[in-house]
Formats: sequence, C-alpha cells, structure tokens
Amino acid sequence: MSNLAGVSSTLLEASFFLYLAATILFGGSIRQKGLRDGEGLNRWGKLGIIVTVIGFAAQLGYFFTRWAAAGHAPVSNLFEFTTFFGMMIVGAFILIFFIYKTAVLGLFALPIAIIIIAYASMFPSEISPLIPALQSHWLAIHVTTAAAGQGILGISFIAGLIYLVKNIDQSVSTKKTKWLEAVMFFIVSVIAFILITTGFAAADYKAEFDYVNKEGAAANLEFTVPALVGPNEGSLLTEGKMEPLAEMPAFINAKKLNTVLWSLIGGVVLYVLIRLVTRKRVAALLQPLVQKISSDLLDEIGYRAVLIGFPVFTLGALIFAMIWAQIAWTRFWGWDPKEVWALITFLFYVAFLHLRLSKGWHGEKSAWLAVVGFGIIMFNLVAVNLVIAGLHSYA
Amino acid sequence: MGKVKCECGHVNPNGTILCESCGRALTEEARQEKLVDMRYEGSARRSQTYNKTIIDKVWNFFSSVKVGIWIIVLLLVAASFGTILPQEFYIPSNMPAETYYEDVYGTFGKLYYMIGFHDLYNSVWFSALIAALGVSLVIASLDRVIPLYRALKNQRVDRHESFMKKQRLFAEQSGTLNASELENVKAELIKKRYKVRMENGALLAEKNRFTRWGPYVNHVGLIIFLLGALLRSVPGMYIDELLWIREGETLQVPGTDGTYYVKNNGFTLENYEEGEDPEVFDEAINRVGTVAKNYQTDAVLYRDENNELPGAKPELTEVQSDAIQVNQPMKFDSFAIYQTSFRQDEMKAMHFALTNKATGEEYGEITVDLFDQQKSYELGNGYKVELLGYYPDFDGFTEAGEPTSKSPLPNNPAFLFNMVTPETPEGEVSFAQIRNTMEPLGETVYKMAFKSLDTRDVSALTIRKDLTLPILAIGGIIFMIGVVQGSYWNHRRLWIREKNGQVYVAGHTNKNWHGLKREIHAVLKETSIPEPEDRQKE
Repeated sequence: MSNLAGVSSTLLEASFFLYLAATILFGGSIRQKGLRDGEGLNRWGKLGIIVTVIGFAAQLGYFFTRWAAAGHAPVSNLFEFTTFFGMMIVGAFILIFFIYKTAVLGLFALPIAIIIIAYASMFPSEISPLIPALQSHWLAIHVTTAAAGQGILGISFIAGLIYLVKNIDQSVSTKKTKWLEAVMFFIVSVIAFILITTGFAAADYKAEFDYVNKEGAAANLEFTVPALVGPNEGSLLTEGKMEPLAEMPAFINAKKLNTVLWSLIGGVVLYVLIRLVTRKRVAALLQPLVQKISSDLLDEIGYRAVLIGFPVFTLGALIFAMIWAQIAWTRFWGWDPKEVWALITFLFYVAFLHLRLSKGWHGEKSAWLAVVGFGIIMFNLVAVNLVIAGLHSYA
Repeated sequence: MGKVKCECGHVNPNGTILCESCGRALTEEARQEKLVDMRYEGSARRSQTYNKTIIDKVWNFFSSVKVGIWIIVLLLVAASFGTILPQEFYIPSNMPAETYYEDVYGTFGKLYYMIGFHDLYNSVWFSALIAALGVSLVIASLDRVIPLYRALKNQRVDRHESFMKKQRLFAEQSGTLNASELENVKAELIKKRYKVRMENGALLAEKNRFTRWGPYVNHVGLIIFLLGALLRSVPGMYIDELLWIREGETLQVPGTDGTYYVKNNGFTLENYEEGEDPEVFDEAINRVGTVAKNYQTDAVLYRDENNELPGAKPELTEVQSDAIQVNQPMKFDSFAIYQTSFRQDEMKAMHFALTNKATGEEYGEITVDLFDQQKSYELGNGYKVELLGYYPDFDGFTEAGEPTSKSPLPNNPAFLFNMVTPETPEGEVSFAQIRNTMEPLGETVYKMAFKSLDTRDVSALTIRKDLTLPILAIGGIIFMIGVVQGSYWNHRRLWIREKNGQVYVAGHTNKNWHGLKREIHAVLKETSIPEPEDRQKE
C-alpha cells in the first residue's frame, strides 16, 4: 500500500517538472500566430503540447494510484483538491488547445497550473482517512465535477489575462495598467508564499505558543514561519525563536494572518525587485510574448471556456452539491459559506453571460470580468476554507 | 394592435424592426445601421413597442436584461455579506445572538447583528430580491421567446439583399451562381449537418436552431425551482425536527402525528486506529490525533397500530430496523431519519451505599435512576433510605440553604437523603453528590457513600420530510438541459443568393464566429462563390 503511495508522489513530481518543461517549449514556439487559417503549429509548439499531455498523463497516474492507495478519491483535503484543480486547468487547456491550436495559451496556462500545484503542496500531503460526512460516492462525483468546471473557467481567466497583457497600453500609467499590475502582484505574492514556506520548512523552523482562544480556553499553536503577529495572550515556548511584534485579539487566527503578512511582504520584495531590475511593469515584460496572437481569437477562447465550463461548474458545484448535502447534512441548502460562494460564483458568471449577450461586453470588458471571476473562484478555494470557518473546512 | 406590412408582402406584428420574412429594415433606425442587430432577429418585442400604461412600464422594467443583471449583482453582493461572520443558525445554540456577536467580534459584531446580517438569508429584503429575480426571469423570457420563435419560423430562404449586406460575415461579387456548384455546396453543407433549403435559386443553410431556445428552457427550469422552494411554506410539505433519543429509549417520531415510533438500540462512535485501519492513514492519524470514522445509531422503527383509536395505548409493530449513519439515513414513506449529533456518557443512574462513618460498614446499596426516582428505598433489617430531594443539575444553595438546580438535565445530580436505621429511627439527613457527601443539618452517624455511575449515549436524529424535492429536481434537470442546449451548440446560418447579376453570401452565428468561418471556408474554398469576410475584425 505505502509503496503505491510512493509511486503516486513520484508521478506527481514528474508531472510538475513536465509542466515546467512544456512551458519552456511553448515559450520557444511563440513566434507563430496560432491561428488555424494561418500556418500550422511549429515544432516547438508540437513538442510543447506532447510534453503537456505526458505530464497530464503522469498526473492522472498520481491521481489514480493515490485513489487506489487511499481507497477513496483523492479530493478530500486542501492538498488533494488544489492539486486536482491544477490538473483540471491543464486538462482544460489541452481541450481548448485542440480546438484553437494556440501555443501562447500554454505559455500562461501551464505556469498558473504549476503555481497552483506548488501552492497545494504547502498543505499537509499525507493520505488522510475520511470523516463520516465524506464517506460517500458523492465525494468523487461532486468534487471532481466542481473542480473540472473551475478548471475550464480558469482557462477563460488565462485568455482574459493574455488579452489584457496584449491590449493594455503600457506606454502610459493608467488605472488599467495599475489594476493589471495588481493581478500580477497577487500572482507574485503566491510565488513568494511558496518560496517562504518552503524555505522555513527546509530550515525546520518551529515556534510553539500557549495562548487563549476564542472560547476563552487555553490552547497551543505551532508556527512554522517566524511570528510577526502572535496569538491572543500568547507566550512563546520554544527557545531562541522570534518574539511576535504584535499580539492579535482572540477572534483573529494569528497563525493564518501571519502567513498572509509574510506572503504580502515577500510579494512586495519580489515585485519591487522585478521592477527595479527590469525597469518595467510586469505586464509590460510579458507583452512582447503575446503580440502575435489575435485579440479576437483570445476573446472567443475566453468566452468559449466560460460556455463550456459554466454548465460543468453548475452541475458539480451546485446540483451535485445539493444532492449530496441532502444525503449527508439532511438539507440540500444551508447557507454554509462554501455554498454561498459557489452560488456567488454561479451568479457572477450568469452576469458575465448576460452582459456579453445583451450589453455587448466583448473584448477588454469581458477579459476583466474573466479575471474577476477567477478571483472569486480562488477566494472560494483559499479564503473560504482557511479564513471563514464552515462545514467545508477540511484542511 | 397594428400590423406592419413589408414590401415583400409579409405582415409583421407592430414593432418589428426587421421583416420576419425577408429581413428588410422596417424602422428608420434599422435602415441607418451599418450592421443589423441580430440578437432577437429584429423581432417585435412588447417591451420595445409599448410604454404607456402602468402594466407596460412594469413589463418593460422587468423585461430589461440590464435590470436583471442589477438584480443578480445585488444578490451576489448581498449573499457575500452573509459570510463575513457566521449566520445565527451556525453559532452555538446555548448563546443568545444578542450578546454572542458583540462578545466574540466586538463592535463590528454588534453592528453586524444590529443591521440584521446575522440572519441575512431569511430577511425580507433578501427574499424580495429573489422574488424580483423570479419575476424578471418570467417577463424577460416571455418578452423575447415568442417574437424570436415567430421570426425564426417565418424567415424566408431568399432574404433581401439589404439584410444580407448588413450581416457581420458578408461578401458580394458580380456574376451568377452555377447550379451544379450550388448543388455541391448544398451536399457539403448537408454533410456538416446543415438543414438546407433552396428557393428561387437562393440557398439557406441552417443548423442547431434549437440552441436558441436553451436560455428560455433554463429560465423555465429556474422558475420551477424557485416555485418549488416557495412551496416549502405550504403546510404538510416540509418537516424538519430534531429528536434527542437516549440508548434504550423508544420515542414518537415527531412530525408523523404519532404514527411512528423509533427505538435507539445503541449509539456507536468509532475512531480510526493505527494498526486496525490501513497503514497509509497512520501519518495523518498521528498528526491530527483522533479522526472520527463512524457515528451510528442502531434504530428500530415501529408503527402504532392503535394511532387511529383515541385513548388507546400504543401497539407497536416493527416496520424496519437499520443502522443510521452519516450519509446513510433511514427512509420510510416520505421521511428520512438522519444521524445528526450525539452526546456521550449521559448519566443514567447512580449507586450509593448506606455506610457507617465510624466503622465503614455498609448496610446495603441503592440505585437511583436519574429519570425515575423512588420515594424510598428499603434495605431490610430496619434500614431504609428516603429521597427528600433531587437536584438534577445542582447549582449551589440559596441564601436560605435550599439546594437549587439550574436545569432538569442530569448534568450534575445531587440528592438529599434521609437515612433511617435501627440506631437512628428519626433519620439523619445526608446531601450526596458524585464523590462528595455533606451533612447540612448537623453531624451524622451514617452517610450515603457514592459507589458508581451508569451512563449511556444520546443520539440526535433529524427527522426530515421535504415534498418539494421532486419539483426542485425537475426544475434542476430542466435548467441543466437548457444550459447545455444553449452552451454546447451554436445556431449557424449561411445565405447564398443571386440577384440582378450579383452574388451575395452572408453568414450568421449566435456565438463562436471562428467556428463558423472555418466551416464556411471548408465549404466554399473550392468554388467560385466568394467567401464572406468578417467585418467586425479588429
């Protein structure tokens, strides 16, 4: 059994590096236009997609071997779900790639998937047994469908992002360039979070605190990065570690806030460094990569991804969710934060579709909406699980 | 209602923008436009035609997609506010909401409670927003679907050239159509699953018209879903009861009017154990501590055969016996019983021994059932214990020295015993708790020594009946069919005609223009018919 789990982890690592390789290959192929009525794919592009498909196959291997090892679909905690979500982005990219043959899409989709998979590995990754509420076939059905929907919707974000990088005028500083930089800063912060967490984990940093929790009871907490902010009435137990600079009230989870602070500081450092070294906005750095692709095509890819992904998302995240909730929690709907945010995501894409159909929000407006939509999906994945406590807090 | 007669002879409803039949522009505005607005085929929508009476105005308000989008956005933003702090139904039930939000979240919590966000989803204004969405769905759909249906049904094959010229995909060329070439094109189009009609030497190829009905189908599904949700408030449609049932107890199933009884034959809580469960879980169990594996109530369901007879004692016959687990409710009729919660080790009975304090000699043991006490317990040989008072949830003494109980639940039972022995025929008073005895009325010779405790578990079962579920399911299925129908196909049309020595080609799709262009290219590339160009390209 544990041998199978070992094979599984190896396959996941392999897929991670294959995606990295594919990104580089797609990088080499961007000279071409990527339109069907123009030239075909060049050799770099072909290699890129082949390596991507192999990587995807490796990750599918990870998924099913882990399933076999655990005895249940590996989508039961944040590590597993987020990894699967990354895989679905790659899968959705492959699907869209075979419709539109655009290499540039891979150049952006794969790094996003890589970041998401790396982010996933910041969470405890051991195989965990299922609590009673999760012991159902609906775990596999509901979660995989919802993640697939989110992955396909993710492609609309990527198409939108490329659209904005290409079309927003970088010669002057405007509100648009600032918002686009905000998106870039967010991505850089996630990378910073991954680097910092990995760094301190490698150094085996552990600082234990006694503190008083929200219910007024004594509790114990272990920080794995130095505590900039400490818990309510906390006292540091581990010797030689950093004392917190400030103490938080009981209803704030100091450990999570501390991680957010580290990510933001790391993000600022990394971002400022990029700006200082290159003397350009991040989006301006990326702009030359995307000049050749048609904006019209990008717009259509973004819209198509929403059209394909929206029904899948609705089926998985609302309809299957309701069926399971009726079985496990006695009611199909209970205004749990995760449910509410799935509904918000649904409503947002409903608004997206109506704005597009009736108000003619194409091109840039549509691209911005796709970026915001993905922001909501990520918020539901990260913040609702980690910050807002509810029935879905499994991590 | 007036009618508009087009030059081609077709009679259109009042308000039509493009003739349903030939496509000529019927309004001055439409004549001026470079490209025609094809969203609803230029059909006559009520909302665009009448605006006089109050009914018109209400209709026009709710038929507007802009208004619909506003309702959606307001709902979305409002819903998000409800997740900032936990809703009232998720806070601990023993804490009143008035103080809970302020106690835990400070001023912000107080404000949150005062605005009413602690129960946002049941608020009148949130319900009103959902109702507005429902009204908008009905009106906006009706306003569009009927004229759209008419327009698509009445469209002719040979559209007027002014209509074709204003399509996004268009080309013209002087020349004539070659009949055999047109036949080839027709054959190619049929291969691509187009329905091809030819009239007066003109060709109309069309496919997937059904996808245009997708939005209306999904709106119908949503309306059914919302109506189903509304039905919940109709008496008899919905039951939601919580039943706390102790091991060994048989209780009436609430919501069944006394027809059904349920017995708790035992509650089980299992955790994952290293060694017993698969080895791959060891690491996780070690990190987390305990991970629950199973919550289970072994339950037996009975029917009361005498329920119809007033005053008769219940006569129970077993209906079914089942292990109720999370994810595996017990089902009967339209009811389901769920494992919802539990309380372990509730005190059931206490054992005391009448003991001589000096010698430690015991003169018999009594068992006090915490749910069924006796007035006095005979021990024989002149020894007996009288129960003077029972305080299930002992909370201290009043100023007058009276013991008090803060609830009827046996959380901290205490007893006032009168011990009668041959030595003390008047009796001595002992106040006994778990591991503690007191002598409130002066020193005694005997005491009631606590011996042991019997406990049992209590299961919380949810009893649920929801007759709206089939309606919601139908609504959900229709919604999904509509969404898929509207999303996964495209309504494509290609017009080819010749007039006065000019060949006109035009194409239209409701979405995915690249796909249409690729398809037209494949069909026309080997022919002399010009390929239409996209006139909306950047």
